[in-house]
Amino acid sequence: MTPVSSKQYADDVSLLMVLIDTNPLFWSSTATSFSFPKFLSQFLSFLNSILLLNQLNQVVVIATGLNSCDYIYDSSLSHTNQRAETLLQKLEEFVYKDEKLINKNDSVNGVGSSLLSGSLSMALCYIQRVFRSGSLHPQPRILCLHGSQDGPGQYVAIMNSIFSAQRSMVPIDSCVIGSQNSAFLQQASYITGGVYLKPQYLDGLFQYLTTVFATDLHSRSFLQLPKPVGVDFRASCFCHKNTIDMGYICSVCLSIFCKHHQKCSTCGSAFGQPQTSNLKRKAPDNGND
Amino acid sequence: MSNYGNGKGKPPVTGEEDDDDEEEGNERDLEAWERAYADERSWESLQEDESGLLRPIDNQALHHAQYRRRLRSLSAASAASRIQKGLIRYLYLVIDLSRAAGEMDLRPSRMMVVAKQVEAFVREFFDQNPLSQIGLVTIKDGIAQCLTDLGGSPESHIKALMGKLGCSGEASLQNALELVHEQLNQIPSYGHREVIILYSALSTCDPGDVMETIQKCKKSKIRCSVIGLSAEIYICKYLCQETGGLYAVALDEAHLKELILEHAPPPPAIAEFAIANLIKMGFPQRTAEGGISICSCHKEAKLGGGYTCPRCKARVCELPTECRICGLTLVSSPHLARSYHHLFPVTPFDDIAPMIVPNQHRRPKTCFGCQQSLLNPGNMPVRCVTCPKCKQFFCLDCDIYIHESLHNCPGCESLRDSKSVA
Repeated sequence: MTPVSSKQYADDVSLLMVLIDTNPLFWSSTATSFSFPKFLSQFLSFLNSILLLNQLNQVVVIATGLNSCDYIYDSSLSHTNQRAETLLQKLEEFVYKDEKLINKNDSVNGVGSSLLSGSLSMALCYIQRVFRSGSLHPQPRILCLHGSQDGPGQYVAIMNSIFSAQRSMVPIDSCVIGSQNSAFLQQASYITGGVYLKPQYLDGLFQYLTTVFATDLHSRSFLQLPKPVGVDFRASCFCHKNTIDMGYICSVCLSIFCKHHQKCSTCGSAFGQPQTSNLKRKAPDNGND
Repeated sequence: MSNYGNGKGKPPVTGEEDDDDEEEGNERDLEAWERAYADERSWESLQEDESGLLRPIDNQALHHAQYRRRLRSLSAASAASRIQKGLIRYLYLVIDLSRAAGEMDLRPSRMMVVAKQVEAFVREFFDQNPLSQIGLVTIKDGIAQCLTDLGGSPESHIKALMGKLGCSGEASLQNALELVHEQLNQIPSYGHREVIILYSALSTCDPGDVMETIQKCKKSKIRCSVIGLSAEIYICKYLCQETGGLYAVALDEAHLKELILEHAPPPPAIAEFAIANLIKMGFPQRTAEGGISICSCHKEAKLGGGYTCPRCKARVCELPTECRICGLTLVSSPHLARSYHHLFPVTPFDDIAPMIVPNQHRRPKTCFGCQQSLLNPGNMPVRCVTCPKCKQFFCLDCDIYIHESLHNCPGCESLRDSKSVA
């Protein structure tokens, strides 16, 4: 991709893609002081303040649901005096549709994981469309307001999105509103040059959002934003899911093992012998972070 | 050398054209608009329809059609036999710096164009193959020399190449192959051995029998590809056929770029060529901020911000690298993750022709990925594509972006059925 710096227009115009987590299992487990309606009221105030910062700022909201993802709001398409109403209406329709897609036979551990890889991919496609629109466009960035756990099945898809964002020079900021740190989002923010934050007091979420995530990319060089601490880039082995310091990599499929094996469990290659050409490739059960 | 200040004369055939370097109009041999007629022949790209009227050139559709042809041919090859890809590659780039590389049919000279494309290729290669290594070899005055050894840092290769651009003498294919063969024999058996030769000359000046060298390379399982810059040469074609590589001749600079970047993604691996092996690798942690240690790559004291080898605790500055003290390959998990999309590619999308179908109202009005309208201003549907798995509709630009850069289908990723919960 061509570097973003050759396509800049005004320095401080931003396009903010917000990915909000609407996982009902997660929201039903948060404290009553931080329920979904309270979160939404702080979130809407934050969106309004972004749009106030610059006349040309643009905000797009994508909902990350438990079973689907969809666009909720695009500030370039709607009228200025009905923002909250349109957003909330679409959000309600989305949550209703998402709930209907729940498969009753699935059992869920804890709060489950929402489809972050889907909404990240959609956000990146939208950003590419903005790049294509010519040399005058706002500077895009992505903000993930996420609370659900990391789904190990999404690892490859999220890493693909992260690398694509890195190539297009789109930072991915993360604000984690759940109880645990998210390793995927830590890596995302570190690799793409975004900010990762896990606020201590969720009642004051609006204050965190406006002080850390509201500034445009150009002004960030003048601010002291939370620095990345302790991003763990060690891999997990495929056999036990333990984090390892040193391991063995299959040269064919790059699966990680902690001990020496005779055969690769992912691609079936026998080690140390020349392979035959009819090998079966099974879907891997990857789970590293 | 006569003066072409009036711009009317034709340039001499031997090509003493330094018009690219000068900006002043009266110094140049041909103005840019004149070059469009004399050299680039822009009228040849116009098309006529049946009644002889000029048709506007639809660049976007052409570009997309070309892209889909390429994608179809790639996917047909790989889907047919589930060919594995060689992910750990040891690649030698052989650059011909003989007298023929000074020809100016590519502006400013073949050698400069090749150097520019090689720089882009090296960066793209390490982006797509973080665990692989590249080495550079030049052919000059009939001798092949190793410009850089096999290594994983793009900057060192590019710097070495840009410093040594001078052409003279003859080109020798055999010497280059002998050198590469000797170097590639030293690499571990799980690596895929490849050579890409950027050949400008029309002949080769060899000290012995080049056919013997080709057989030696074939026996050592080195996959040789050649990109010619002048014309097709039988010996190059034979070399590529014998070793299983690709041979192509570049028509112009854009075509050269396309041909060379085709080699950046991992090629289909012939299973017998590389023995599957377990490679021991280390995953270093970042050193604590504020700790001072001497780094093993630059041999100077550095403050914080590096990585510690898990086996010998030496400090290295960047990843991926090989620890200089104990020889352990050091990577981080994102480096491995960069190659996973080669193993799980996105299925090619199906074309939807913009016909008027009876159930057209069931077609979505916007692209699922970017929300761009899929209807023309006159409410006519435009060309779009659909994913065979999730049945979502995408516009042509998203199709290209998804398959070339993102490697995830947004529709499939937004479906719960293919995911496991927690």
